[in-house]
Order: sequence, then C-alpha cells, then structure tokens
Amino acid sequence: MKYEVLVQLKGEVLDPEGRAIQETLKSQGFHGVASVQVAKRYVLDIPGDADQSEKIATEISQKYLANPVAQTFSVKRLPS
Amino acid sequence: MIQGSLNLESLRVGVVQFPGSNCDVDCVDSLNRHYGIKSKYIWHTSSTIGDVDLIVLPGRFSFGDYFRSGALASHSPVMQSVKKFADAGGAVLGICNGFQILVETKILPGMLLHNEKLQFICKPVFIKSQSSRPLKIPIAHGEGRYFADQNVLNHLEKNNLVAYRYCDENGEVSRESNPNGSLQNIAGVYSENRKVLGMMPHPERACDLLLGGSADGKEILDDFLKRIAL
Repeated sequence: MKYEVLVQLKGEVLDPEGRAIQETLKSQGFHGVASVQVAKRYVLDIPGDADQSEKIATEISQKYLANPVAQTFSVKRLPS
Repeated sequence: MIQGSLNLESLRVGVVQFPGSNCDVDCVDSLNRHYGIKSKYIWHTSSTIGDVDLIVLPGRFSFGDYFRSGALASHSPVMQSVKKFADAGGAVLGICNGFQILVETKILPGMLLHNEKLQFICKPVFIKSQSSRPLKIPIAHGEGRYFADQNVLNHLEKNNLVAYRYCDENGEVSRESNPNGSLQNIAGVYSENRKVLGMMPHPERACDLLLGGSADGKEILDDFLKRIAL
C-alpha cells in the first residue's frame, strides 16, 4: 500500500513561504487568493495488510514526519 | 582559567559530533583556551556518553538539515542517552543546530521554524538576558524562528525560563531587533532546572576579539558554566 502524508504548519502559525507565494500571485493579478499554505508531501510504500500498514503510516507521521508543536498532518491511501 | 572559587578545569565535558556538525571544534577550543577544560568528542552513533558533567551539542548542519533541522539527529543513539542524562539533572548546552536538536528531542519546549523572511541569516546581533547588558553574538541559521503555543510561552515567561532575547545595541527588545520572527524575541531558553540551555546565537564564536570582533560570548559561557558547576 502507498500512503500520501501531507505535513503543514498549523493554521495559526505564520507560513512565510505561503505568504510569499500569495503576495507574488497578488502582484501577478490574482487578487482573489486569500492565502496559500505550503505542505511537504511524503509517499510511504508499506507492503502488507492494509489496516496494519495504515496504522504504521499514521504512527510514522505522528512520531517522525510531523512535529505537533507547530505542524499538522494527514494520511491518505493512494490508489494502487 | 578559574572562575572565582570554582574549578572549571575539572569539568568533564562531552561534545557530540553528528555528520555535518562543524562548530564542534570551536566549542572545544573555547572551553579549553578560556576555562582550561579538556573536552572529549562523542560520535552520534555511540549509545553511551560516559561520565560527564556537561554535554555540548554544537551547531551547523547535522544530517544536512534534511527533513527538519535537528529532527534526524534527535533520533540518533547518542540522543537517547543525552535525554536520560538531561532528565536526571545533567547539564546540556545546545547551540544553533544543537538547540534545534534539543527541541526535537523534547528536552526543551517549542520548535524552531524557517526564518520569517526565509533567508539564511549570518550576522552579529545583540541579545540580552534579564540581568545582562546587550551582548553582541553572531547568528547563522535558516531555521531559527522560535515558536511555542501560548501555554508554553506563558510558562516560560512566568518561570523566567527565557534565557536570551534579541534586542538592539541599547538593549531594547523590539520587532526591529528581532532577526528571524521568533515569538517574543526568544533567542534561547532554559529547562525547568536551568541546567539545559538552548540558544540560536553562537557564544563560542564570540570569545575572542581577534576572531569576530566581540568577546561577549564569554559572558554567556561564564554565566552558564558557573551555574552548572555550583
């Protein structure tokens, strides 16, 4: 199974990269973009039982890929 | 070599080396030339730190700063021993990348995020503690923006655990004197027992006027070493 993990800053934490992109978009005429959030994408390939591998993907995300102090994450199973 | 009545020469210091550390020699040199301390190096794969009074986690790019600064180093074998050592009351000084490793290991609270303006900043800045004058110390980091949630910030403030704040040369703590967007201008924090200090600026690089135009870093090392040697 392949799992896509997205890690990004929590909403209340300043995301300077997202803000820089949003300001550039605005300068290019895209005034309607209220904000941009940047995320880091990891794809984990974990062969085996689906329930078990999803648990492993979530555990890895919680313990390693995201730092809960300032980041959130989501785990999504990718179509095989 | 001897500060007051304290014999710092006998302090047993271990300086941890990770792949990509490059301020390890600066730390060993500063501690040796100014305090007569003979440090030993500890490689990151070591699962023991031996008999030491102080662990130094030096700066720069452990593991190439991949993933998140300090995150890969925080899972190395030596850090499990360093965490046990700190939990048992051992003294740890983490500078720059060492501070990032301390927060990723959860020895200190908070997190260090990309600088507000996304640039790597390498320049001398001023910082001060509650009792010090403004001290001129260099910073060199891309991820130094201190962040913690409001509860943690309140706790740090209430218990005087903010070790250093960015300020200007007159000691004023302001938005303008904050180089990286750190919350409340925080440049360094202490653990609850004040035996662990993590800070982004590099005091070890500012111990000799000849080597960087400021010897203010020595005041920071003096203060910390005296505290842990008591």
